[in-house]
Amino acid sequence: MLLDGVQVTVSVALCSMALALVCGLLGAWGKLSSNKLAHTTAQTYTTVIRGVPELILILIVYYGTPTLIQNSLEAYGIDIIIDINPFLAGFMTLGVIYGAFATEVFRGAYHAVPKGQIEAAKAIGMSRMLLARRVLLPQMWRFALPGLGNVWMVLIKATALISVIQLPELLRNSDIAARAVRMPFTFYFAASLYYLAIVTVSMLLQKRAETWAARGVRRA
Amino acid sequence: MSDIIDIIWDSLPRMLNGILLTIELTAFSVALGLALAVPLALLYIAKNPLLFLPVRTFVFYFRGTPLLVQIFLIYYGSGQFVDALKEVGLWTYFREPYFCAVLSLTLNTAAYTAYILRGAIENVPFGEVEAARACGMSRSLLYRRIILPLAFRMALPAYTNEVVFLFQATSLVSIITLLDLTGVARIIVARSFAVYEIYITAAVLYLIVTYVMLWGFRKLEHWWSGHLRARTDMGEGFTAR
Repeated sequence: MLLDGVQVTVSVALCSMALALVCGLLGAWGKLSSNKLAHTTAQTYTTVIRGVPELILILIVYYGTPTLIQNSLEAYGIDIIIDINPFLAGFMTLGVIYGAFATEVFRGAYHAVPKGQIEAAKAIGMSRMLLARRVLLPQMWRFALPGLGNVWMVLIKATALISVIQLPELLRNSDIAARAVRMPFTFYFAASLYYLAIVTVSMLLQKRAETWAARGVRRA
Repeated sequence: MSDIIDIIWDSLPRMLNGILLTIELTAFSVALGLALAVPLALLYIAKNPLLFLPVRTFVFYFRGTPLLVQIFLIYYGSGQFVDALKEVGLWTYFREPYFCAVLSLTLNTAAYTAYILRGAIENVPFGEVEAARACGMSRSLLYRRIILPLAFRMALPAYTNEVVFLFQATSLVSIITLLDLTGVARIIVARSFAVYEIYITAAVLYLIVTYVMLWGFRKLEHWWSGHLRARTDMGEGFTAR
């Protein structure tokens, strides 16, 4: 039962991370863009998301969106009941939240790419897409890895919040088990050890990924 | 539209009460957590395994598991040891969600802060330590006058983040029935079904407090690093007499 929970936890986390990467790249692009609208949107996005607790955002998305849609449809005389799948609500919310953190990571990584390289690429006539694909992204990846690893660690722990909207992930399952046999400490402790295991494995993988990404870097 | 404003206006006093509890919880846990974190950070970098192993395990555990699990472990988990806790007279505390919330938030922030602090302590320039030793400072004086003040200043940006995270993390105590801002919002929503109106109001309140806190910390950082900045006021008062 706990292992089932681990599976759900990891899949929610992976889906959220994928979404967070997309949001992060878009956000960083917006923040670095000279387009006023894109810049303001990205700025508002990171400001708001980082200033509001995750739990509130999850509650807004899970309970708020269906009512909002229902209420606005009601105005047009359509009366339906909408339910959001907790998995979907959970991973969308977490993805968008941690996208804001990934935005900052990517923005920092962009600034870490030496300016001269960008100028050189422009000088030999690379288009902006080609510049991004051949020069920026491969290097940003390496600079962003430690930061993204951090985002992933926080995200893994944040998935525990989705238990609040009844998704049968690790914490929710241990909660059910704990209530069934009346051994709360044992089960929550077991759950915490599973989280610890996921985090430890992630740390090891992150270290390997960092060495792999830095294989082209000369060291003294 | 006007009934939305009415709902928000009517529930605002209760929500402000909630935010007071949120701030109170944050203040208590930050103060206690910081007090715990300093000795923990010093033990973390100790050379004796008997000293650093327990501390490192503690920090690893509390940084590696979700806060919500820690809260459950302390609040519900203590129920498994009612008899033992009654015997030592601690059950009256562990029965209270308020006590459990402060305890878990404190331990959590202590672990994170200790980790931040030990990073800062290790980054104190060695030259400063050497100079202090050359002046004949004892170890405790060295820590009190040189290492800790420098480390605190270096750790401040990361610590600011930690305090903001903790402030937002207090929203989790609503799950163990405390009536902080999130808890109040959930109750109002359950009664009025004004889901997004109320939650968005709560979100705005959190946002305001967060940015006021960030502003305060930025002031503190500015004031604390005054001697490191280049002078900008070379105008009046600087004319030769």
